[in-house]
Amino acid sequence: MAHFLKVALIGNPNTGKTSVFNALTGLNQKVGNYPGITVEKKEGSCRLNRTTKAHILDLPGTYSLNASSMDESVVIELLLNRNNKDFPDVAVVVTDVENLKRNLLLFTQIKDLEIPTLLVVNMSDQMKRKGISIEVEQLQADLGTQVILTSMRHQEGVAALKEALVNYRQLPTTPLLDLETIDADYFSRLQKTFPTESLYKLWLVITQDVNFSSLERKRIQAASDFKVQSDAVLKRLQQKETIKRYQIINQTLKQTYQVDNDAATDLRSRIDRILIHKVWGYVFFFALLFLIFQSIFDWSSVPMDFIDSSFAQLSQWVNAELPPGLFTSLLAEGIIPGLGGIVIFIPQIAFLFLFISLLEESGYMSRVVFLMDRGLRRFGLSGKSVIPLISGTACAIPAVMATRNIENWKERLLTILVTPFTTCSARLPVYLILISLVIPERSILGINAQGLTLMGLYILGFAMALLSSWILKSYFKTTTKSYFVVEMPNYKMPHLKNVGITVLEKTKSFVTEAGKIILAFSVLLWLMASFGPGEPFTKADTIVREANINNPLTEEALEAEIASYRLEHSYIGILGKAIEPVIRPLGYDWKIGIALISSFAAREVFVGSLATIYSVGSEEETPIKNKMAQEKRANGQVVFDLATGISLMLFYAFAMQCMSTLAIVKKETNSWRWPLLQLGLMTVIAYVTAFAAYQILS
Amino acid sequence: MQFLDSLEPGEHATIVDFETEKLPLKLIEMGCLPGNKVCLLHRAPFNCPLYLEIDGCHMAIRREVASLIEIERP
Repeated sequence: MAHFLKVALIGNPNTGKTSVFNALTGLNQKVGNYPGITVEKKEGSCRLNRTTKAHILDLPGTYSLNASSMDESVVIELLLNRNNKDFPDVAVVVTDVENLKRNLLLFTQIKDLEIPTLLVVNMSDQMKRKGISIEVEQLQADLGTQVILTSMRHQEGVAALKEALVNYRQLPTTPLLDLETIDADYFSRLQKTFPTESLYKLWLVITQDVNFSSLERKRIQAASDFKVQSDAVLKRLQQKETIKRYQIINQTLKQTYQVDNDAATDLRSRIDRILIHKVWGYVFFFALLFLIFQSIFDWSSVPMDFIDSSFAQLSQWVNAELPPGLFTSLLAEGIIPGLGGIVIFIPQIAFLFLFISLLEESGYMSRVVFLMDRGLRRFGLSGKSVIPLISGTACAIPAVMATRNIENWKERLLTILVTPFTTCSARLPVYLILISLVIPERSILGINAQGLTLMGLYILGFAMALLSSWILKSYFKTTTKSYFVVEMPNYKMPHLKNVGITVLEKTKSFVTEAGKIILAFSVLLWLMASFGPGEPFTKADTIVREANINNPLTEEALEAEIASYRLEHSYIGILGKAIEPVIRPLGYDWKIGIALISSFAAREVFVGSLATIYSVGSEEETPIKNKMAQEKRANGQVVFDLATGISLMLFYAFAMQCMSTLAIVKKETNSWRWPLLQLGLMTVIAYVTAFAAYQILS
Repeated sequence: MQFLDSLEPGEHATIVDFETEKLPLKLIEMGCLPGNKVCLLHRAPFNCPLYLEIDGCHMAIRREVASLIEIERP
């Protein structure tokens, strides 16, 4: 039987840790969550040699073991708890050859936990260009570890890393820093109280505010008695500790690490001169955004049309080939249109994740943070709010989680509250179908009018986010001083394999997560539309025929009349009718009402719901867009005219119609107050603007 | 006394001291330590934030934080 080795990958952000993870595991990886919290958990497996396999855990990027965010707490909790099922046999600290000094700080901390630790010096292909030389032998001796130089871009060092992992038992586990040199009295007292424990582990227990397993809690509570010292004293000790660690690192690197500054051709400063220029920097950023949104619209339209018509044909085929009955009807009118409503998403989502991951991988995102900080502070936000606001265009859920690296609580809370205004990909199918129905396919100044409308909707989302943050900011008192530290990484050519895996993984998990909800709702809708209470539903056939007895209708028209009467008296029809008075001033009928209700689970259900509603009882299977275009009001006017279309788009732009986002906001803010505020505020704004738009345009 | 926020773009200096109570630990962990060299690379429009190189590490911080760090010009 193969032996399973547990490996944890640890490292600072921007060190290529994910590349190492991808190189080891390939596509044998899965992304989940740590139990109870929303921190992403990436794990995978790989074969090290014929007899040994490894289970690899990619821990969240962290600068040190002094946690300042929930992501970082995960790392400490795991490494302090030997009883955790993921507790590693061996830790691999991944560092970037150019920032070795800063990266080694984390290494010395991990090493002091007395876990066998390997040091990977990544991006070694940059050494020659940057004039860096490393004395590997000496470095290994000084740090008490094995050093592996890797270059994931050229697939170098992977075999050496695997071999080193197999032989992890040979790694020394002696700590590097003697804490008693910081404060002899305090630390010797601590050690005497817990003679069997590692001193650094005790120190982390005292300084870090993290959860521990119940087994360890007793011991830890006793250790917390050492907290008698004031916070200021603790902080001073932590600073001293950091300084001591840097002394050790400097001492080591002085003899083992040389940089020939003349050889370092500085690409960074040349690119920075343009990308963070007072004028060109902003021009470039906004031009880039424009390009991204235009291309999402243009590039995804062909595969989307294809998917749409394929699903319509599939439904038709099922209807024609399978024997008629409840099951066929469920399949053709419930499940297939519902699934089509999610599959149609894949092109845009993939493009969005592609662009976002390119921005992050290249190092450009930090420049945007730098450029936008001053401007966004006016609205009560931080430069770091840019990342949630931009990734909010994919999905608000990861975006809300991405606010974690905003240090200031007020700025973070405001970002969380306004991020759901940004146009997430779930709104995209709603917009796309409405735009193609109500906006003519013309070009204005050489730009596609439909594309321009879409761009306008994105801008509207951002503008509303800023405006509401600006209004909300005066309601929050600020007590903490704003502090903001952002690393400005080197520019890097995005690693195609990383980008590819990210796009694949994110699209996959998005589609499966959203797919489950959409499928469930499609089936539910189908059920509610296929059954109804009492005679009007069950005897629809006779009722309509009798009512039209003196009315010379073709059989076809009569059938349509019956289907519509039946839907009106089904459970879903009754529900839609019930809310019709509220939404009529916005220009919506009861069928749109049904789609609105079901959209509360997730916006993307809108298209699927309409597809299901319009499919039930209809014989021909045409693409959903044609069905919507054919829908008529009682007075013969088309339902989806300009006024209703714009009103719907505005409603979807501003309304909080996403239970998952509310759940995540509750989790991240630890209170129901904020999600409820969000829900109330956004619904009011959506209703008022949609009302105004419809009344003006119609 | 001179502070980090008074540097001009392109100017080099050495960190002498900082306000222990107020300076975030994260900044110290990123290499902002007494004795280390610092260079101001760029200032964003309206003079904030500041793009610095401290001991080979590149980062951006706001003016208020920079004003807590005492420097010495060569």
